[in-house]
Parts: sequence; C-alpha cells; structure tokens
Amino acid sequence: MKEEIIIAGFGGQGVLSMGKILAYSGLMQGKEVSWMPSYGPEQRGGTANVTVILSDERISSPILYEFDTAIILNQPSLDKFESRIKPGGTLIYDGHGFVRPPKRTDINIYRIDALEQSIALNMAKTFNMFILGGFLKVRPIVKIEDVLLGLKKSLPERHHHLLPQNEKALRKGMEILVPVHVIA
Amino acid sequence: MEEIKLMKGNEAVAEAAIRCGCDGYFGYPITPQSEILETLMALEPWKTTGMVVLQAESETASINMVYGGAGCGKKVMTSSSSPGISLMQEGLSYIAGAELPCVVVNVTRGGPGLGTIQPSQADYFQTVKGGGHGDYKLITLAPASVQEMADHTVLAFDLAFKYRNPVMVLSDGIIGQMMEKVQLPPYQPRLTDEQVREKCPWATTGKHGRKQQNVITSLELRSEEMEKINNRLQEKYNQVEQNEVRFEEYFCDDAEYLITAFGSCARICQKTIEILRSEGIKAGLLRPITLYPFPTEAIAKFAKQVKGILSVELNAGQMVEDVRLAVNGVTPVEFYGRQGGMTPTPDEVVKALKSKLIK
Repeated sequence: MKEEIIIAGFGGQGVLSMGKILAYSGLMQGKEVSWMPSYGPEQRGGTANVTVILSDERISSPILYEFDTAIILNQPSLDKFESRIKPGGTLIYDGHGFVRPPKRTDINIYRIDALEQSIALNMAKTFNMFILGGFLKVRPIVKIEDVLLGLKKSLPERHHHLLPQNEKALRKGMEILVPVHVIA
Repeated sequence: MEEIKLMKGNEAVAEAAIRCGCDGYFGYPITPQSEILETLMALEPWKTTGMVVLQAESETASINMVYGGAGCGKKVMTSSSSPGISLMQEGLSYIAGAELPCVVVNVTRGGPGLGTIQPSQADYFQTVKGGGHGDYKLITLAPASVQEMADHTVLAFDLAFKYRNPVMVLSDGIIGQMMEKVQLPPYQPRLTDEQVREKCPWATTGKHGRKQQNVITSLELRSEEMEKINNRLQEKYNQVEQNEVRFEEYFCDDAEYLITAFGSCARICQKTIEILRSEGIKAGLLRPITLYPFPTEAIAKFAKQVKGILSVELNAGQMVEDVRLAVNGVTPVEFYGRQGGMTPTPDEVVKALKSKLIK
C-alpha cells in the first residue's frame, strides 16, 4: 500500500494539521510516513499545502509532482493541483467559494460542503476533521481508531478534552461527502 | 529500544543534541532552522542534563561562544541557515586553526545574499572548499532523512572530538522542515569536569598541578612554526580522508547510468531511480554521506562501469566539480540542478538524465 496525498488550501484552514494527524495515524498503523509542508511565508489567508505519503515500504522522495489523492480547499489550489492528480486518482474538494469547478473526467471527484456544515453545526473549529472524515470514507487507508490515536498524539494534552468533538466531526464528514464524478 | 516518533528534522537535531550529552548550544533564529533553538528552549535541558541553551545576540556571537566553550573541552554546537553561516566563517577558521571540536548545523536556504527561505544546496562550496580563510577543512555530513538529522548530530560530535576539528552538518530546508519517523539515540550523560580533563588534556580547564598552562590560539607569528602547524593539520586531514569516507549505494551494482546527489536531492533521485528501473533503464544512485571527505574512490570505481554520470543538486553545479575530479575524464559527467529554492521533481530528473546521457 502506498498513498501519495496533497492537501492544499488557505492558511488557517488546518491544512498542515490535517496532514499531521494523517501522518500520525499512519505511524499508529506502523506505516512509513512523510509530511512535507510548504513552509514559505504562508500565513493566515495565504495559500498553504502539505504533501503526505503513507506507505508500507521505505519512502524515497518526499516531494512529488503527481498525487494519488488531492484534498483541495480553495480555488487557487484547485487551479494548481487538478492537473497533477494521477489518472484514476481521487479529488476531494470543499465546494465553498468555487467559481471554476473541477473538469477532469479520468479521476474520481467528491465534494464535501464541510465549511457550510461545520458552521451550521456550530463546529467550525473542527472544519478540517470533517474533510479528513470525508477523505477516509473514500480512501479508508487508516482505521478511524488510529486516526483518533494519531489525533491524541498530535494534540497537546490541554486540548485532549476536545477529542470527542473531533471524533464527531470525523464521522459527520463521512456522512456529508457526495460523489460528483466517479469513474467506472 | 527507544520509541519511534514523528518529528521534523530540526526537532530531531535538538533532541539528539540533548541526548548525546551536549554541554551547550548558542544560536540565533533564522528560517528554516529556527525549530532547533525553539525545540531546545521548549525542552528546557538545563533542568535535566544541565545543558546550556542560549539565544545569542548574533551569529558572530554564537560561533565565538562556541569557540570559547570548545576551548574548555565542552561539547558545544550552534546552528543557522546560509546567511547566518556566512557570518560564522571567521569563527570557523579560528576554531579549525586552534584545533577545537564543535558541531555546526547549516539548514541551507537559497542565496546569494538574503535570498529565499526555501531549500538549497548552494553552500556546498562554502562548506567543503573553505568559506573562512586559510588551509582548513570542515568534516561535512549530509543527512538525507530526519533519522539522519538525529544520527548525524551524534556522529558529528564523535568526529569533532576524535579529530579536534569542527564538523558541519549540511542539511537544507526540506530535511529540516519535513516530518518523518525517527528513533532517537539513547541518553548519554554529560561529561563531568574530571572526565573532560582526562579526555581533553589540551583544554583550558585549570592547571590542576601541571606546570605548563594550556593555550588556545590560532596565532603563530614564526613562519617556520606556522608551517609545522599547517603540515600537522594536513596530516590530520589525510587521516580523515582515509578513515571517514561514508556513502550509500542505491541500485549501483549493475548500473549503466549513475546519479550522484546528496541530502534532500538524493531522496528525490531515489524516486528517479525507481522510475528509470521500472522503464528498464539500469540506473543507480551514489549518495555521498560525507561531503568532506568525499567518496572519490567509489565514484572513480563506478566511472569505469557506467556510460555516464549525472550530478543532481539544488545549486548551479558545485559537487559536480568533485565528481569530475574523481572521474578524471573516464566517462561523461553531466549536471542537472534547480536554484533559488526550487526543487526538481523525480520525473524532471528522469527527463534530464535521458536527454543528457542517453540521447
């Protein structure tokens, strides 16, 4: 098993921490993992992305051109990464604020209205966990128990009382993901 | 067995320094290595091992604090990124001249000047060819993973004390910023004052009954004596070249084409080799782990076996000069690089190798 993932969006959306939780989840399952952030002058509101690789074998390059899965949280990131998803790969995007939706026909496309739903449920701070839940629904590469363990590892102890809320967000994300275009 | 953890390369350096009994860290923040100082501050080792962690007023101050600590026989280090390392060059030359052990970590960024904060390998020349003035050498380690960031920190101290010479860990923004699995080294206690006196009889630890005082200096105005000192340094570097060459071979045995790359670039090129092999092209990667001493003999050996060599670097072509010296015209040596903080993708290197060597 090997999954090469790009997560991209605005700074402040939880892009890097979502990647971190995914990497920790892989670690819990004994997989090889790498987490390579775009560490430029990104800030809240700027663009941010992270490449996460989970694999049963030694990981060579932490930097990639093409990805198995792209998790896209804003229009500039879709414009940049849509063409870089491998044929047969997966694109998951939050529908909020997109004026040019994805066009590829050779990949699986899923939409998740996590921003809208998380605000409606008064859970906006767990927005990225909705997205991660959606991802795990279609790419169940790690068990949800290991995600929760990974979450516990990556969160400082003073935030551990928020774990149940994060679990709820993960499960909700799995429910609200909708297929847009699924290849046979 | 130590627990397997997930951390950034920079964090691994800090953790490993504390664990290998480092006595002091002196540094000044700069992207992309600030997590080294930040992690040390967060871990508060002065409360556990007694290690000193100090944010100095500048890089120049940092390296001179290291000079002072090293003169006392202490295990001391600093870290910075390219512009900060430039400021340390005078101190490094003095430390090499005074034959003192220390560790310097350079998490390289793109230059020249203030340049960019993105990864680069453009400090290769500065590190292995001098940087400071005079005929001196820095033993240079080039980690290619978070695990090696930890391992090389420990190894760097061992080599520094073995040869009484500064050791550079030449990393870059990719290895410093990425998170991977790492198994941290076991704890070693810091040396006691008595152990320092025993292990470092040259150090300025007080006379303790000796008649002669120890003097730490790089100054010798009598040319006859200064030449002897230079000869002794060169003899030491010969020993280093004989004993300390380290490199890794990746699918080299039957290779018809060889890539040479170090650090983060070697990781990218591992994937390039996988792609080329899947296409039936017999390519291999030779990764120098020590940049000084350079794996000259190993490259010379493969030069007789392969149809061509491609040196891939995050610079305008620096290590390729050492590769060409090693190859000595036996086989074509080409170069492919990206600069200014840009990194090639594995596919890009595949194309470069095909167009430059296979044609």
